[in-house]
Amino acid sequence: MKEKKNESIFSKMNDTNLLLAITIVIFFVMYIGAVVIQGGGFTKPQMFFNILNANAALIITAVGMSIVMISGGIDISVGGVVALVSMCCAVYLDYHDGSIIGSIFIALGIGIAYGLVQGFLVAYLDIQPFIVSLAGMFFARGMTTIVNTAPFNVADEEFNVLKLTRINVPFMGSVNKKGVYVPAYVEIGVIVALLIVVLLFVVLRWTRLGRSFYAVGGNKQSALMMGINVQKTRFLSHLICSTLAGIGGYVYFLHVGSGSASHAMGMEMNAIASSIIGGTMLTGGVGNIIGTLFGVLSLSTIQNIVASAGLDQAWWTGITIAAMLCIFLLIQSVVMAQKKKALKS
Amino acid sequence: MNRKLKRVSALLFAAALLCSCGGKNTADDTESFSDENYSQADEYTTVGFSQLGAESDWRSANTESMLSAFTEEDGYSLIYMNGQQKQANQITAIRTFIQQEVEYIVLAPATEDGWDSVLMEAREAGIPVILVDRRVNTSDKNLYSCWVGSDFELEGRKMAAWIGEYAKKEGLLPEDLHIVNIQGSIGSTAQIGRTRGLANAARDNGWDLCAEISGDFTETKGREVMAALLKRFDNINIVYCENDNMAIGAIDALESAGRKVGPDIKNGDVCVVSFDGVNETALDYCRSGKISCIAECNPLHGPRVRALIEALKDGKTPDKFNYVDEKMFSCITQVPEIEVAGQKYPVESDF
Repeated sequence: MKEKKNESIFSKMNDTNLLLAITIVIFFVMYIGAVVIQGGGFTKPQMFFNILNANAALIITAVGMSIVMISGGIDISVGGVVALVSMCCAVYLDYHDGSIIGSIFIALGIGIAYGLVQGFLVAYLDIQPFIVSLAGMFFARGMTTIVNTAPFNVADEEFNVLKLTRINVPFMGSVNKKGVYVPAYVEIGVIVALLIVVLLFVVLRWTRLGRSFYAVGGNKQSALMMGINVQKTRFLSHLICSTLAGIGGYVYFLHVGSGSASHAMGMEMNAIASSIIGGTMLTGGVGNIIGTLFGVLSLSTIQNIVASAGLDQAWWTGITIAAMLCIFLLIQSVVMAQKKKALKS
Repeated sequence: MNRKLKRVSALLFAAALLCSCGGKNTADDTESFSDENYSQADEYTTVGFSQLGAESDWRSANTESMLSAFTEEDGYSLIYMNGQQKQANQITAIRTFIQQEVEYIVLAPATEDGWDSVLMEAREAGIPVILVDRRVNTSDKNLYSCWVGSDFELEGRKMAAWIGEYAKKEGLLPEDLHIVNIQGSIGSTAQIGRTRGLANAARDNGWDLCAEISGDFTETKGREVMAALLKRFDNINIVYCENDNMAIGAIDALESAGRKVGPDIKNGDVCVVSFDGVNETALDYCRSGKISCIAECNPLHGPRVRALIEALKDGKTPDKFNYVDEKMFSCITQVPEIEVAGQKYPVESDF
């Protein structure tokens, strides 16, 4: 009887919600598994906040990536943009005596400029988004090195105060073995990331623009027939993604406090992986921002589990993530196939 | 009904896979770890070691030395985390150590800058930090207990002194030395020290330092950079590689470009010198003369770090900076010893 009930829930949900549910369940199973099996650090709330602190920038960029992927595109330049933003802001703050506000504008400016150019090339000149953003990635990495070759730390005092600002979470701290109370905290970036997640969740769910992303990603032809401006929608998806990469870049910069050409290497791939784990499909039309948030959390929980296990070789992280991705996709496709069958019968 | 069964079993199978994947990796190592954390907390001293990566043989030897110094037989439990060359990973690792309540943190930092906030967190949690290999720039030197490692600038100066001495013995004029420097990862202490050692000597002696380009301490990048340099300059006769792996790559590039590698500069050879002396291939190259001279960089820090931790345990204050002794290797017997700042260093030809 119980199975029957499950089945009816399955078939009632649309694809997006179904995948979201799977992601959230898997994340909780994994985290609880880590707490039970591994104990130690995982029992403490700060372990979870650390995951948030370290991945605030990834959450922001992955959300942007999800929007592009939902509307049927892809953007692999985000990691490069993050590196470029942190280097430009670092140089501006230290060598040009800049202000915090100015550096935020620089970050936004780089993001928006990227979005305008890439969005135009993809949407109006109809060039493959992969190629456009590949070029964008190389350009950003190259420009980062031109702006400044050597990595360096920002000395600007105002910035460092902002960087060290912490929002203590009450009642979540813990007393360690030496009897010292360690408070639980999150960084500013986490607040920014969560605000962005909520905002874009609302946009995707309840606005005309949000729905047109799904429509364009699902099927361009039918979207066109429905009277949606396909070109504009694709353009906007890239604009939003790159702007978020700019914001993500600033949050990353705020987290590490330095500029370097090797910052955020491979971040675009983590963003894509998080989106996929979160239930966004590469083919477009399906996806959810909350899912992406859980995708990032799942990904970094895996990384944390592998790292805490003290496995000597770094490649274990990569192998485990690969296995997890396969399992996620397996579960997704099994469930989707079952749902289709159920609908047919 | 049958179909339903199939569906449920497929889901169960996937879930089982998931669990086994999450669990298998952690089971062996971590169960013992969580035990230590709780029931055997008094027996073992937990040490968290954040290594920056595994980019070279030197690094692997360094990790190996640390792992073998802190074994359970000696009363230690070591949690090792590999930062994969990224500072962000190492910061996360240290934060994880703080949550895992380790008693000591050993850090081999990827860069010199950007450690203030996380070291402050460690101090707030009352965990002493010991630095290995590279140093950090912090506003407050008391953020770490002590440092163990090599004097990289001295290594660079020793190598420069050897080049100068050898050129003199060969009767080469200073302006005939065309040197390229294949640097390590920019910003690392080893790169800064070794680059400074050469750059100062080149300025003082009037050598022609054609170019300084980073090869990131890896063989592949060393090969690429050398190939690019050969296209830019045709008069290179000394290649100064800031580690062995890059030297192996550079030699490969030189030989595929048809250049002969060896100490005989007068007859068109390209003389390669390098650092570390850990890689067996590089030592073989050094014995056969392909690498003319190697300045050793001792990677065996484990026992020394353990001694420091034991001193800290006994409530002593160890020296802030602890240098290790390092040798010079060369198969060329014309230069038996070199002199840096009044101190004589022998060059070993039997190694």
